[in-house]
Amino acid sequence: MLRFIVRRMLQMLLALFALSVLLFAWLRSLPGGAVSALLGERGSPEAAAELRAQLGLDQPLPVQYWSFLERAAQGDFGISNGVYIGQPAMDVFLSRLPATVELSFFAIVIALTVAIPLGYIAARRRGSLLDTSSVISSLIGVAVPIFFLAYVLKYLFAVRWGILPPSGRQTAGIDATHITNFYVLDGILTREWDAAWDAFQHLILPAFALASIPFAVIFRITRASVLEVLEEDYVRTAAAKGLRAHTIRWRHVMRNALIPVVTMIGLQIGALLAGAVLTEKVFAFQGIGQALAIGFERRDYPVLQVLIMMAALIYIVVNLLVDIAYAIIDPRVRTR
Amino acid sequence: MTTATTSTTQPGRRSGREPLLAVEDLRVTFGSRTSRTVTAVDGVSFDVAPGETVGLVGESGCGKSVTSLAVMGLLPARGAQVAGSVRFDGEELLTLSPQRMAEKRGAEMAMIFQDPLSSLNPVVPIGVQVTEVLERHRGMKGGAARKRATYLLERVGIPDPTRRLSDYAHQLSGGMRQRALIAMALACEPRLLIADEPTTALDVTIQAQILALLNELVSESGTALVMITHDLGVVAGLCSTVNVLYAGRVVERADRHPLFATPRHPYTGGLLASIPRLDEERGRRLVPVPGSVADNIPWEEGCAFAPRCPNAGDRCEAETPALVPDRGVRDPRLLRCHYPLAGDRTEEDA
Repeated sequence: MLRFIVRRMLQMLLALFALSVLLFAWLRSLPGGAVSALLGERGSPEAAAELRAQLGLDQPLPVQYWSFLERAAQGDFGISNGVYIGQPAMDVFLSRLPATVELSFFAIVIALTVAIPLGYIAARRRGSLLDTSSVISSLIGVAVPIFFLAYVLKYLFAVRWGILPPSGRQTAGIDATHITNFYVLDGILTREWDAAWDAFQHLILPAFALASIPFAVIFRITRASVLEVLEEDYVRTAAAKGLRAHTIRWRHVMRNALIPVVTMIGLQIGALLAGAVLTEKVFAFQGIGQALAIGFERRDYPVLQVLIMMAALIYIVVNLLVDIAYAIIDPRVRTR
Repeated sequence: MTTATTSTTQPGRRSGREPLLAVEDLRVTFGSRTSRTVTAVDGVSFDVAPGETVGLVGESGCGKSVTSLAVMGLLPARGAQVAGSVRFDGEELLTLSPQRMAEKRGAEMAMIFQDPLSSLNPVVPIGVQVTEVLERHRGMKGGAARKRATYLLERVGIPDPTRRLSDYAHQLSGGMRQRALIAMALACEPRLLIADEPTTALDVTIQAQILALLNELVSESGTALVMITHDLGVVAGLCSTVNVLYAGRVVERADRHPLFATPRHPYTGGLLASIPRLDEERGRRLVPVPGSVADNIPWEEGCAFAPRCPNAGDRCEAETPALVPDRGVRDPRLLRCHYPLAGDRTEEDA
């Protein structure tokens, strides 16, 4: 088990290194560049040259990359020149991380609590109206672009019916103390129930928009997996033992059916991070997705680098955790 | 309707012994409004007395497994229609509620299956798969259940049973897996055990061990055993009464020894001719039964075996044979055939 984890962590480092090279090369090859973004169209050539020297952009690429890597290893990705001008790029990431984690957490909770039970029931009642309509809605869930769904939700619930707030993380001017920057958690910790409820209301629409794809994917894999497991001989054995329905359902069907679902949850974290860029943009939700969008508009290389690297790191770490969870729930992996 | 099966002269029903399991005119059809219905079991009847071992023999598709699943109430509620009667200790099982049926399964009647690896849950320790039966039917918990599980594993010949409790199916050998499944089936000392091809997936040496174990456990506890197999070698070692099934119907029923000595149905004869024997001259070619079982049951017009039968005559195509007492042999026997193989009783005997 330990060897398994160590090997996976080495693979993880290799992946991160490869990513850093790609990222560095790709960002440098974008048209425009930081200097024109900072100085605007009318910057003099002298000022531009001075700024290039200041940012280290006049150095050869390998030198630039090496110094980037050296500093990155210490968490120093340079100073933001677009999103929060003058602040360390890492701080941009850290200050925005809680918002995205909070949003993603609610989204995945929504997706899982609906998709897994629905997937089970749809499989048990294969061919029923419930099954067919769930399959169709999951198809829609995958097919509809997330920004479109986000705008529809926002228009209906916020603009037309005014039930939920249209944007932001919390109503401006509300009396709220922030300790962790997870706004709902902060409200609970400080017993500022109004603030917690307000932050929660702000989460609902973006969380549902963000949950659509993970919901659809997890629903489909749960349904397919349960259908497969129901045909397994060991489920018939369990029935032949006269076990109670809930023992068969949980111990014999779900414990096996959820194994591929766990893998899929890990992969969906990636979809969640990608979806967060669009969702946060639509709902002006101040998370790393929105920062990433702004970073691109303003060619804020330091911020883009830190955000993409950290997103990749999160993705890789989550999948490592998923692999470990996989080994825990499937003894056949553990002893291999 | 095959009323002849209730005849008092039929083999397997000894005087003074009430059958534990009485299957009568069992009929199972699969299909729905949208698809063609397929008859898998077509009026099968047999009895099993306590302590008796009865064989259901036939090739794949003859309906023997479906019969056993129907007896256990394990056929899917949707898609399978079961008719006829299955009485267990005098109680009709086919009309029992699913809940009551589940209470009986694993407690009074148990089943073991063909492929021990796929029949065990891969992600649940063996020990839990044994104790869950005890918890369900005996209310045993914790240490008591584990202690009994250890005893059960030991009794079926699993070495180091305490350690094996926490093992998973993939950590056991094929023979050990089947032993573990037998331990689970016998956990609550059922009165009826149905074994559906229990040795087919195992090595030959292991097969003999498992059969010996089953034989020992069953004769020790007086459990009635229904042995479902395509392997007449298994029957020879274990069963007192043999039912030969073809295309969903019983075609011949006899006690073991007379059946092997003088098979009457050409199909039984074919099955016997197709197995190698040690006690005969070398160089004899094995004779397979030609063809294969038809996918739908063609008993409506004549004998279903006729197209494959070496003895087939004019009546076979025209007239469906009934299962009737066979007067061509000395032993009590039921036979469904117009032109049987030679018997051991001459005209003068009759």
